[in-house]
Amino acid sequence: MHMVTLTKGVPDFREGKVSFDEDGHLERGKTPTVMNPNDKIALKAALQTKVRQGGTVSLMSMGPPGYKEVLQEGMEDVYADDLYLLSDREMGAADTWATAMTIATGIDQLEEEPDLIFAGFKTADGETGHTGPQTNWCIDINEDLTDRPIITHVISLEIDDEEETVRAKRLVEGDISEIETVEADLPAFIVTDPEFEPSYRKADHRLKYKDLREETQERAENLDLDEDVTVWNHEDLNLDPDFIGLDGSPTIVSGVDPIPKGPSEREATMIDPDDEAGMESVFEELNQYAAGD
Amino acid sequence: MTEYEHYEAVVVGAGPGGATAAATLAEQGVETLVLERGVDAGSKNVSGGLLYAEESAPYTIDNVFPGIREAATERPVDDHYIHNISGNKVKTFDLGELHHHDTEWCDAVLRRKMDSWLAQRVHEKTRETGGGLLTEVRVNGLLREGGQIVGVTLDELDPITADIIIAADGVNSELARDAGLMDWDEPEEWFQGVKAVVEMDPETINDRFDISDDEGDAHLFSGDLFDGVRGGGFLYTNESSLSIGTVFHLDSIADERAEPHELLDNLLTHPLMDQWFEGEYEEREYSAKLVPDSKKVAHPSPHRGRLLLVGDAAGQMQAQGPVIKGMNHAVTAGGLAAEAFAEAKARGNPDAAGNLYEQKLDAEGVMEKLRPPRYRATRALSESDAVSNIGSKLLDSPVGGVGLKLFGSVVEKAYNSPYLLGMIPDTRLTYVDVPTRIGEVLGSEVVDENEIEPPELDDRIGDLTYNVDDPHIEVLDNSFEASGTAVTACPVSAQGFGGGCYREETIKTNGSEKKKVSLDTQPCVECGTCAVVADTHWEHPSGGKGVEFKQG
Ligand SMILES: Cc1cc2nc3c(=O)[nH]c(=O)nc-3n(C[C@H](O)[C@H](O)[C@H](O)COP(=O)(O)OP(=O)(O)OC[C@H]3O[C@@H](n4cnc5c(N)ncnc54)[C@H](O)[C@@H]3O)c2cc1C
Ligand code: SF4
Repeated sequence: MHMVTLTKGVPDFREGKVSFDEDGHLERGKTPTVMNPNDKIALKAALQTKVRQGGTVSLMSMGPPGYKEVLQEGMEDVYADDLYLLSDREMGAADTWATAMTIATGIDQLEEEPDLIFAGFKTADGETGHTGPQTNWCIDINEDLTDRPIITHVISLEIDDEEETVRAKRLVEGDISEIETVEADLPAFIVTDPEFEPSYRKADHRLKYKDLREETQERAENLDLDEDVTVWNHEDLNLDPDFIGLDGSPTIVSGVDPIPKGPSEREATMIDPDDEAGMESVFEELNQYAAGD
Repeated sequence: MTEYEHYEAVVVGAGPGGATAAATLAEQGVETLVLERGVDAGSKNVSGGLLYAEESAPYTIDNVFPGIREAATERPVDDHYIHNISGNKVKTFDLGELHHHDTEWCDAVLRRKMDSWLAQRVHEKTRETGGGLLTEVRVNGLLREGGQIVGVTLDELDPITADIIIAADGVNSELARDAGLMDWDEPEEWFQGVKAVVEMDPETINDRFDISDDEGDAHLFSGDLFDGVRGGGFLYTNESSLSIGTVFHLDSIADERAEPHELLDNLLTHPLMDQWFEGEYEEREYSAKLVPDSKKVAHPSPHRGRLLLVGDAAGQMQAQGPVIKGMNHAVTAGGLAAEAFAEAKARGNPDAAGNLYEQKLDAEGVMEKLRPPRYRATRALSESDAVSNIGSKLLDSPVGGVGLKLFGSVVEKAYNSPYLLGMIPDTRLTYVDVPTRIGEVLGSEVVDENEIEPPELDDRIGDLTYNVDDPHIEVLDNSFEASGTAVTACPVSAQGFGGGCYREETIKTNGSEKKKVSLDTQPCVECGTCAVVADTHWEHPSGGKGVEFKQG
């Protein structure tokens, strides 16, 4: 089984990591880049398949050279075999469409066409959820690549090696959430839902998992980001700059409005806790409520 | 028929028994899978800490795991003392003779470090056979087909079949109970061990115990400091900590309605301890576990079909007077069980493994150590109250006092006799009255003041690491009569303490009052006590859940 997992770096939005300027704009320079959290879930699905079916996982990302570290993080999580970064200036400022185009071409460039491609649900910065499905669409229109069914919102996954099929449960959210089981032929494209849970109910799977973890730890220690990440620029991929990056992006961002702060009806008075008179007035103020009025 | 995952051998539990069984099986080329419920081997285990290698034993842990003493044990222990205490008066006997009897070496150990190291070796060895060791997996029962045991069922995995199942799942073995080989009914058959690991840097240990880096001490304590509860205390030196604890007969804890943590505190705050604490006390970890009493429960025929029990699961825990030997016997039994399977398989009759194992336990003299025939002979006689009472009276009389004075050295000799210790009955006389009287008559006053303050129970609980899951214990009868003993006997509960597992509640109905108990398993340290003293449905938590000991 050959698998590719798509991943992307995003600003680390966690408290204490993320940094905003006075106008509420994200300060990219001061905010570390981490793997998109939903992609970690896609990685779990790929890892489950690697453990249970065997095979290799390639990690692929499009982005600036700094994303190599994101790939490294991913490799340690999914015990990936090879890392690919599609990167140069021409690819910069791409929207989901231009990104999908570039990635589909990256997949075409691989020596072997993957049986399974995994992507996470939407990214933490873009929030569109488009890149996965659009990439599959670009694969469809690419004449060198086999058309493949896409299954989104996957929460669990079983592969039948002999039948060459994938059976998945998907979470269909509506008024009432339903779980739908679908089956598709391989090769296929899988988009995982944040609710995806890997399952290892055989001792053999858990032992293989343990082996992989040990092997990867060794590889991770000796990883050389310059040597071990394959970087392809637009020329390597034979991509016309007009169709990728900013120029290839039909989306136009006309402006960004900060989310307005919720209006505050009450005025706050600051009181220094060391100011005795001030504190007394607080207690007086509170006293009326203590009485239950 | 369902297709199950199959291994030649499944070993449940990665304590010393399971580790030895698995390594020995792997060496014989048997495909072996080891299943351990803790997040790491050792994370569920508690021992006082003296690991013996006996000269007469067919298996010692360093034969099976070379390098263990350098890598995973604490200090070698050569000096062993017992302190007989009466109030502030203490008479110390040297237990050296008993300690060195049949002893090749003896090291103090901390279980998290040791078991975790063992598990690493076991995984490497068993992986070569196509098996391996998995943590965070709890076996929850036996898989049967046509009434025969064929494998195990698990919380986290689908059922697994095996040609042999070695249950090394420790005290409160769910597999032994499922097979009908052990029950958890009689408090008389168990001890309860409670322990604190106390921080102390190596130089301070060397200084206060007057030892060097590669020397260690063992001290035992008995007498009147435990409120009449039958049992005693221990202190062992580790590399950079002390293991201090108590081991009491569970029936005595239950009958006296004793609070185990308070008994431990009685020891910790005794003036005798000041020479080692010098006013400083920092507890790393509080822990507890039941300990089987082999004299009563070591199963003479610890197997059923393909299931073989080893170690605590089979009750193979020997209290040789005040000296506690469980780990070494688990090692021996694990080795013998593995060897029995390999031999039975070579003869083309793997099903004979159980009988062969039983024969080996006898032939190697293990059963005789675990259930000394002398004890059986003296037990009926001396555990009766009449004999004990007369004994106590005699001891308390001036004549008894004179006798002790005259024969002080003889008493010390008696303490050192494995033969005599094998027949000592479990009475108050032997555990409390004799040591107290020795302290009183022969002892000298300790003048030091011990001012340390051990942590309160809620701090002890607060310092432990838990991965809380659904309750794993259910109280079947919550009346005070059926389950009230657990309020005091549970080492993390206490009367009037709301933060523990068991609580006493008074329920008022139509003018009448009823006492009931309620249970919150969150602070549970999985000691097993309430499985025996209360009316419960008792299981271990699922893999990776529950308490995680860092020291053990
Ligand atoms: C306070 C105290 C002091 C002691 N002092 C000493 C001493 O000084 N010297 C000495 O030799 N002995 C001592 N002992 C006894 C000793 O600890 C035991 O006899 C010994 O640990 C038994 O080893 P074992 O391999 O049989 O079981 P354990 O060491 O208890 O190992 C059992 C293993 O099985 C695992 N397990 C249990 N159930 C399951 C399940 N369902 N599925 C998967 N895994 C499971 C557990 O997590 C554990 O790792 C003491 C005990 C206590 C409590
Ligand atoms: S609840 Fe039961 S098993 Fe848990 S610590 Fe208390 S007595 Fe031990």
